[in-house]
Amino acid sequence: MSLILTEEQEMLQDAANGFLTENAPVAAFREIRDSKNPDGFSRDLWKEMAAMGWAGIIVNEEYGGSEFGYVGAGVLAEQMGRNLTASPFFSTSVLGATAVQRYGTAKQKEQHLGAICDGSTLFALAVDEGPRHRPEHIEFTATPHGNGYKLSGAKTFVADGHVADKLIIAARTSGEARDPSGITLFLVDADAAAIERTHTPMIDSRNAANITVDDLEVTGDDILGEVDGGYEALEGILSAGRAVLGAEMSGSSQQAFDITTDYLKEREQFGQKIGSFQGLQHRAAHLATEIEMTKSAVLKSLQLLDDDFESASATCSMAKAKSGMTAQLSTQEAIQMHGGIGVTDEYDVGLYFKRVHVAQQMFGDAGFHADRLAKRSGY
Amino acid sequence: MSDLEQFRAETRAWLAENCPEEMRDGDITAENQCWGGRQWEFQSDAQKRWFEAALAKGYTVPTWPKEYGGAGLTADEAKILDEERNRISARKPLSNFGISMLGPALLAFGTHEQKLMHLGAIARGEIRWCQGYSEPGAGSDLASLKTKCEDKGDHWLINGQKIWTSNADISDWIFCLVRTDFDAPKHKGITFILMDMASEGISVKPIILISGHSPFCETFFDDVKVPKAYGDGNLAVVGEVNRGWDVAKNLLVHERGMLGTMSPLRGATGPENLGGYAADAIGFDETGRLDDPSLRQKIAQAEIDDWAYNLTVERMNDEANAGNGLGAKSSMLKYAASELTKKGSQLRMDIGGTEAATIGPDGIEYGSLANTWLYNRAYSILGGTTEVQLNIISKRVLDLPSA
Ligand SMILES: Cc1cc2nc3c(=O)[nH]c(=O)nc-3n(C[C@H](O)[C@H](O)[C@H](O)COP(=O)(O)OP(=O)(O)OC[C@H]3O[C@@H](n4cnc5c(N)ncnc54)[C@H](O)[C@@H]3O)c2cc1C
Ligand SMILES: Cc1cc2nc3c(=O)[nH]c(=O)nc-3n(C[C@H](O)[C@H](O)[C@H](O)COP(=O)(O)OP(=O)(O)OC[C@H]3O[C@@H](n4cnc5c(N)ncnc54)[C@H](O)[C@@H]3O)c2cc1C
Repeated sequence: MSLILTEEQEMLQDAANGFLTENAPVAAFREIRDSKNPDGFSRDLWKEMAAMGWAGIIVNEEYGGSEFGYVGAGVLAEQMGRNLTASPFFSTSVLGATAVQRYGTAKQKEQHLGAICDGSTLFALAVDEGPRHRPEHIEFTATPHGNGYKLSGAKTFVADGHVADKLIIAARTSGEARDPSGITLFLVDADAAAIERTHTPMIDSRNAANITVDDLEVTGDDILGEVDGGYEALEGILSAGRAVLGAEMSGSSQQAFDITTDYLKEREQFGQKIGSFQGLQHRAAHLATEIEMTKSAVLKSLQLLDDDFESASATCSMAKAKSGMTAQLSTQEAIQMHGGIGVTDEYDVGLYFKRVHVAQQMFGDAGFHADRLAKRSGY
Repeated sequence: MSDLEQFRAETRAWLAENCPEEMRDGDITAENQCWGGRQWEFQSDAQKRWFEAALAKGYTVPTWPKEYGGAGLTADEAKILDEERNRISARKPLSNFGISMLGPALLAFGTHEQKLMHLGAIARGEIRWCQGYSEPGAGSDLASLKTKCEDKGDHWLINGQKIWTSNADISDWIFCLVRTDFDAPKHKGITFILMDMASEGISVKPIILISGHSPFCETFFDDVKVPKAYGDGNLAVVGEVNRGWDVAKNLLVHERGMLGTMSPLRGATGPENLGGYAADAIGFDETGRLDDPSLRQKIAQAEIDDWAYNLTVERMNDEANAGNGLGAKSSMLKYAASELTKKGSQLRMDIGGTEAATIGPDGIEYGSLANTWLYNRAYSILGGTTEVQLNIISKRVLDLPSA
């Protein structure tokens, strides 16, 4: 398969670019931030996105989705990364839809996929239990109770957890805290009385929640996937998340870079455009090269998710690592090459710097993924 | 079955039948590849059989037109041939500067007669070419070259010196940049000319590298007479007199494209897989991880970079085939590949520790890790330095202002 977008995917890219620069530019994001909007995104905008088929981008047509696959999701995420668009796209349309579509029962699909596609139900994935991403460190317990289970424990930094209608919770049904086996996924109502959510605003002005659950009673119908075998599903959901976050960071890298090269072409110091100084040129050229490498890595991981989902894990991991490193470099350099104005709140590059930092931390930073690669390769 | 699927099936069958087992070792290195040329002696019977089978099929230069010795493959077909060849780790049957550099320039700028004579001989592995670009005073600033070429009616008269001419001592012909007009602005007085290294007045002197070996030469031209033409329409000069810079630049894009398609962590001699090599050489700690955490992290990062790089080569090729030419982006690939190649061989040396730093009774062994590591320093210099590539990316790709 060619490592380029198809005509259809290019059209989606153009449409997304047009719609977002028009309806959700960085200025709109600032407004959400400055008005301390409690949702952290615009519900009206989300409805419009859903109407365009974006909320159900990976969902099959039979459930009302637009079936554009992960490459399609990445194309949208990249444009959202360029515009810093805040929306529940990632938590609902990527994580939630992947979880239900790939691992859900027929009944769960019937119940939830349509509601994801029409934008009426928001999802969040509750996996981590500490400040760093450690998906097999699950202490959150699910103990047998009657015909079902009782869930208890705490989760941290659940993206969009504060607004989610549904939570997918990774809990331990057996085994020790660090075992990948013995984990089970549960799909529960987020507003159950036994669940307490504390909104944790993040540095990138997005929202997450810390969640505590105290004896939440669930039944077998609430299990998503296999009992004790949830890690495999978690791995699949995380892979999709990593690749799409990679695409988002790739978009942010490119946008921060474009803003910067424009500045280099116009700002004068020492009687010259600063873009004519080799000290800046060479760093810009290096950055442009890294961005190209990142695009290839991200596209490959998205294509693999569409083509052979089960085999995509390592590739998604590497794409997340590469895009994270590039995004960090791109946004750091963006600030530096702007001089003083780069560290002002008024200027956009700082917003990219903050967003990219959070995206880099989510689901494992470059070091985490390098470690995974090394382990997987046996060293 | 689509035509391409059919082609893949046929290619797979042809390779299975024609590529000897011994040629399926994947790692193509300077010393095991087939260079061709008048002085060439096949290193093994397998190498000879593989070369001859490929030649008969036009697969020494698969994309060149049939009349010039190629197989006339389309870009899609050539990609399939590459994929199928890589699938069984088969070496290229023939590789040299004629194929990677002069050939594409002749295809773009040569007369039909020039192509017939030179491309055919390259395809058949008869003539090995060297590149006479650099001079002692003209390296990165190539266009300031001074080797003088005078019009003497029926012939050209050439005087001057080239340097860093790789393999000039074992090459048959040289493609060379010479100055035909000293009064014109420096890019406007350069001519691209082809000469037989056996011509009277050409002499070469090898230069030994830090790796202990010498692919390098100084090349001297002392009243060398080059005929205006080697036959009807078959001129010594490629393109127009004084317009050689156009040809030179086109060739450099191909050179960078070629250098940019190296597989940085693997192409170099030495253990295929860095992580596996490190595991064998260093061993594990009690948690089962490589017993050197900083090295482990560096190896993994380099493998991620290498992977992303290889995908970028693939993506840019796919884009080029879809009609978006590579152009100055070849400088990105050249830059990334040469830096990564250096990083990879540095890591190999670090993994190998003191053992990798020992030498044999006759000095640094050809093909040893140390030899490769030392030679690889040159990748960010040859074919235009890393700094020059970054200048090109800044100006041509990013359109940043000039000083
Ligand atoms: C937090 C903060 C506090 C400050 N406080 C004060 C203060 O109290 N009083 C005061 O007077 N000033 C203050 N400054 C201003 C500070 O001194 C300037 O920001 C600084 O000198 C850089 O100038 P600039 O912002 O105009 O960037 P520019 O000069 O526009 O530089 C933009 C980019 O171009 C690069 N560049 C510029 N020229 C060259 C060159 N020749 N070669 C290579 N690269 C080049 C720069 O390194 C930078 O990356 C402060 C700045 C900050 C960020
Ligand atoms: C192994 C090897 C094989 C080679 N084979 C051949 C061959 O077959 N035929 C041939 O013709 N040539 C060959 N070369 C020569 C090669 O093309 C030159 O070495 C190269 O172009 C650099 O020129 P230089 O060595 O004169 O370095 P210089 O141009 O003197 O460069 C010195 C340093 O200054 C930097 N520099 C120069 N100009 C700039 C600038 N504008 N901005 C920033 N930095 C700059 C360079 O990057 C470098 O770091 C080979 C070189 C090597 C190492």
